[in-house]
Amino acid sequence: MLAITRRLGVYVVTAWVAITVNFLLPRLMPGNPIQTMIGKLESNVTPAEIRSIRLSFGGSLHSSLVHQYFTYLDQMFHGNLGISITLSSPVSTILKGAVPWTVGLIGISTLLSFFLGTLVGALLGWTRGSRMDSLIPAATFFQAVPYFFLGTVMLLIFGSDLHWFPELGAYSLSVHPSWTWAFISSALRYGELPMISIVLSSMAGWMLGMRNMMITMVAEDFVLMSVAMGLPRRQVIKTAARNAILPSIANLSLAIGLVVSGALLVELVFNYPGVGDLLLNAVQNEDYPLIQGIFLIITLAVLAANLIADLVYFALDPRTRTMAAP
Amino acid sequence: MKTLRIPRSPKVLLGLGITVFFALLTILGPYLAPFDPNDTSFAPNLTPSWHHWFGTTSLGQDIFSQTLVGARATIVVALVAGLVATMLSMVIGVSAGYLGGVTDDGLSLLSNVFLAIPGLPLLIVIDSYLPVASRSNSLVIGLVIALTGWAWGARVLRAQTMSLRNRDFIEASRIIGESRSRIMFAEVAPNLLPVLASSLLFTVLYSIGAYVTIAYIGLTSTSVWNWGTMLFWAQANNASLSGEWYWFVPPGICIALVGTGLALLNFGIDEFINPRLRESGLTARQRRRRGLPRRVRLGLTPVLRPLATETPRSIPMSEVTS
Repeated sequence: MLAITRRLGVYVVTAWVAITVNFLLPRLMPGNPIQTMIGKLESNVTPAEIRSIRLSFGGSLHSSLVHQYFTYLDQMFHGNLGISITLSSPVSTILKGAVPWTVGLIGISTLLSFFLGTLVGALLGWTRGSRMDSLIPAATFFQAVPYFFLGTVMLLIFGSDLHWFPELGAYSLSVHPSWTWAFISSALRYGELPMISIVLSSMAGWMLGMRNMMITMVAEDFVLMSVAMGLPRRQVIKTAARNAILPSIANLSLAIGLVVSGALLVELVFNYPGVGDLLLNAVQNEDYPLIQGIFLIITLAVLAANLIADLVYFALDPRTRTMAAP
Repeated sequence: MKTLRIPRSPKVLLGLGITVFFALLTILGPYLAPFDPNDTSFAPNLTPSWHHWFGTTSLGQDIFSQTLVGARATIVVALVAGLVATMLSMVIGVSAGYLGGVTDDGLSLLSNVFLAIPGLPLLIVIDSYLPVASRSNSLVIGLVIALTGWAWGARVLRAQTMSLRNRDFIEASRIIGESRSRIMFAEVAPNLLPVLASSLLFTVLYSIGAYVTIAYIGLTSTSVWNWGTMLFWAQANNASLSGEWYWFVPPGICIALVGTGLALLNFGIDEFINPRLRESGLTARQRRRRGLPRRVRLGLTPVLRPLATETPRSIPMSEVTS
């Protein structure tokens, strides 16, 4: 339990750091981005909105930095992330439309790649030295390919050349977002290719990690013991794999951030209407409130995923429950 | 002078070859490029030919030249970032592991926080606030990338330092009265060399990915050629939909190859540290020559000895450390 509270503490501090980074960056960076932003705004937004932005970004309000900071924290707690410059609507509203797509796409593909990669890695570790080993350099190559590049190549080959998959977007233009079968099946169909790209590029990491753990595990006494006991081979592999998977799960919480960052860019390639696509537009238009909102929401999502991974790890490894914190 | 056993599995040699190739490209690339990468005087959208090996962009620029010139910026930034991040992780990881107590708590919290924050989004936020002039500055970009990428190494180094802290030779230097900083950086750090090397490889790998990514979304100056800017222009002109594969495939493959080379090299370090992985790095043929069983025997880790035909220029790790 102590270990869990510790982790939770780290995540709370992390969330606070993310918010504070958001608060400090526009105030500390050279070149006065706030002034630029307000300059951009003055033409197409009401004075009330400008005031609200000044408030969330400090601008020229005559209050101390500490006071500004607490006002900012207060706003964050009430879900007020400011107003997007280019889209002229609250950042939180914009995010609400994009987040479900990203959670669906990246969540499912991350889980898929973890399970597939771990499975293949366990087999590779068991049959080391066999012909299967030639998969390793290939896996290493896929691990090094930027996600978005693999996505681009997949789009070119399977989308625009072979027409096996629809090319861009998240659903067919002929259906409207609603809870109907026509829409859901269209969304699934459009999600296939981005999902395959993400799974392919993120799988290799799990695979290689699991292989190495499995090789170490196979030399342990309990594996020898279970062979000596005459357990069928499947059973032995299972026993070894169950133990080898623990470090993989411990790493899961560390790797989620990397996987999510990579996967966000796959959205750009496929024009998928999620957070990643939003981020690109925000960056290109220098829409700071939106960039910061996205950064915050991604950080919070990754922290939540980390926490779940930690809980799974604690549930699976009895040692963590009895041990005092290291 | 005894030399350490250097893993000679084909994977590692391949990795070494690739790494050396790209190191040369970094140095020589701009001199080898046949054309100016900004030169728009060629016919647009040419497919690869003898004159333009990788074809031309829709602006009529030579893609081969862009790839060669782009190697330098990409790899230099990644190296700067990798080196700075590894230094940071060494100072933080070794201090946390060796000093323990409150220092350890503080530094561990710091690295755990940096591990939990997704690096790329943080990088994008910081980078979007940089003045345009700094965005084309390799040093600034490298430093910002290093800031987001040091935590993993620090964690590994801390764990390793903690396992070294109570060894006899450290105890001995403490009794002699060596200063803390001397013990940390002259006694502990050299023993972390394999781990340091591995963490350097990984941070360089991460930095290439991070740099290319921010260039791809247009956050570095688009006038500095690197592989990410090439992908940026390809994406901006919808190269993947119009079938101009030769525009984005060369930079993408280069990125992947550099990454593969570094990761394969890291296999060598892994095999060096963990003897159990050592025999798994061999090909079937090498295994036969060394008289290892064809099938893996459970519960046994085969010991790799130098072949009788080889002069004993390589010695087992155990003799080095004892």
